[in-house]
Amino acid sequence: MAPRIGSLLLVDTERIKRRGAFAVVEVRVMTYMKYLPALLSVAIANPFLYLLAVGVGVGKLINTHSGGVDGVKYLTFLAPALLATAAIQNAMDEVVFPTLEGFKWNKNFFAMNATPISAKQIVNGVLIAAMSRVLFSVTVYGAIVYLFGGFTTARGWLSIPTSLAAGASFGAFIMGIAAWAKNDDTFFMVVGRFVMMPLFLFSGTFYQLSTMPIYLRWIGWLSPLWHTTELGRFLTYGHHISAMMFVFHIGYLALMFTAGIIFSHRQFARRLAK
Amino acid sequence: MANQEILIEAKALVKRYGDFTAVNGIDFQVRKGESFGFLGPNGAGKSTTMRIIAATLTRTSGDISILGKDPEKFGPEIKAHLGVVPQTDNLDNALTVEENLYIYGRYFGLSKRFIKPKIEELLDFAQLVEKRDVKVEALSGGMKRRLTIARALVSEPEILMLDEPTTGLDPQARHILWDRLFRLKEQGVTLLITTHYMDEAEQLCDRLMVMDKGSIMAEDSPAGLIKNYSTKEVLEVRFGSDRNAVIAPQLKEMCDRIEVLPDRILMYADDGEALLHELGQKGLHPLTSLVRRSSLEDVFLRLTGRTLID
Repeated sequence: MAPRIGSLLLVDTERIKRRGAFAVVEVRVMTYMKYLPALLSVAIANPFLYLLAVGVGVGKLINTHSGGVDGVKYLTFLAPALLATAAIQNAMDEVVFPTLEGFKWNKNFFAMNATPISAKQIVNGVLIAAMSRVLFSVTVYGAIVYLFGGFTTARGWLSIPTSLAAGASFGAFIMGIAAWAKNDDTFFMVVGRFVMMPLFLFSGTFYQLSTMPIYLRWIGWLSPLWHTTELGRFLTYGHHISAMMFVFHIGYLALMFTAGIIFSHRQFARRLAK
Repeated sequence: MANQEILIEAKALVKRYGDFTAVNGIDFQVRKGESFGFLGPNGAGKSTTMRIIAATLTRTSGDISILGKDPEKFGPEIKAHLGVVPQTDNLDNALTVEENLYIYGRYFGLSKRFIKPKIEELLDFAQLVEKRDVKVEALSGGMKRRLTIARALVSEPEILMLDEPTTGLDPQARHILWDRLFRLKEQGVTLLITTHYMDEAEQLCDRLMVMDKGSIMAEDSPAGLIKNYSTKEVLEVRFGSDRNAVIAPQLKEMCDRIEVLPDRILMYADDGEALLHELGQKGLHPLTSLVRRSSLEDVFLRLTGRTLID
């Protein structure tokens, strides 16, 4: 047995204060690696099937009858919204389940809380790891859109950074909700059915929000998906938005991200102190 | 021990949850290298006190310093030097035995170069070398407990905190754990233990604080507590459940103190055999009798009027 050095010499608290979140990223990545085959198949099969059905199937119908949407073919119009949706879905999976697991099923957040890692660092670490998976998934998604001919120019790839913004802002917020939720089983069924689904359907994903009746458009205005999709369409094929709206979309996503992070930091600290 | 540096000091420490007072103005000190135990039944306030020391729960009032620092201001600085073994194992079930040790070291900011040989040492310590690649969920209760303790040692903490370390373990697993903890103590690690097992407290602790309903009832070494709060020996007699209470007043006059329990009567005396002989001379013949040395259970009974495990 090696002679004892002791934590007073071994543990550098200042270093942990700077870099502690990365230890949380490391454990999340170690966990992803356990499910790598499943993650890979989902990342490839999901966009492939979706694009085959909606992009090609529905797209052909629309392109033939009305010559595309917003001046471009349907898949090009759809791509930024699909990538953003995938980003939101992935971010939700990768923050909600680790959070429920960490607080309730496995209680490993309480194990982390007994170490110098802070509640904020747990939040930041889980979110950074989630975003690394989101980046991976949307890159695969982008590559498949490209193969289906959805990116008419190289600008199409700009839908990757915009979808990351959707994932980050939504993920930061929903993580706080997951930490706050007591009755997690029914809560997330309700979130899935009555929040996620309407956001997906009413955020101008499949058609422009302006074609919706005015009394339904507010869903899109609140949804990070609509703001991201508008930015994505502007950047990838030049969909018209005013300079003011451009700033507003970015501002909305930044605000949602910041508020989400603050909310999550508080919820985590509160729950860990119980 | 008296000259050793004070690592933990609490003064008038209080923790309330609404109207309920979990810890009611307690004072104590723990010195470096000491093995200090909190003994008491469930709900005595032991775990709450431990969580305040571990900087994971805020106090309502009073003062506490750990390694000279206030846990509410210097949480990470204190946690950096604690090894915490919670009452319920919270290992990472998705990871293997080895990965659990590795990642815990990373939470303390330790380098891979340091952690790698440390894992070997800890696997050996916890007798889990053959289980290194097994996922945690496949381990037995005793193995999980040993792994939780090994995990808490990865950073070579100054203070090792164990909350009910052997609850739920079979006798053999308990003895293995006691042996491991004893070795740590020999290395100079300060141990903080909560338990409601008196044998565990006697085996592991230099000094004990007996708690009940959030307050300290007594504080001393196990031998000191027995000396001060009990007699040298105890005579346990059974006259049958309906006769115990009837005979009790007679027995009371024959010794220092008696305790009437539902199934038996405890008679406290320095010479149990002599007392038993005296009973026979008075024509009192119990159905069964047993002379034994006083234990912490007797101390607890004397202090609180209740047994440890209700």
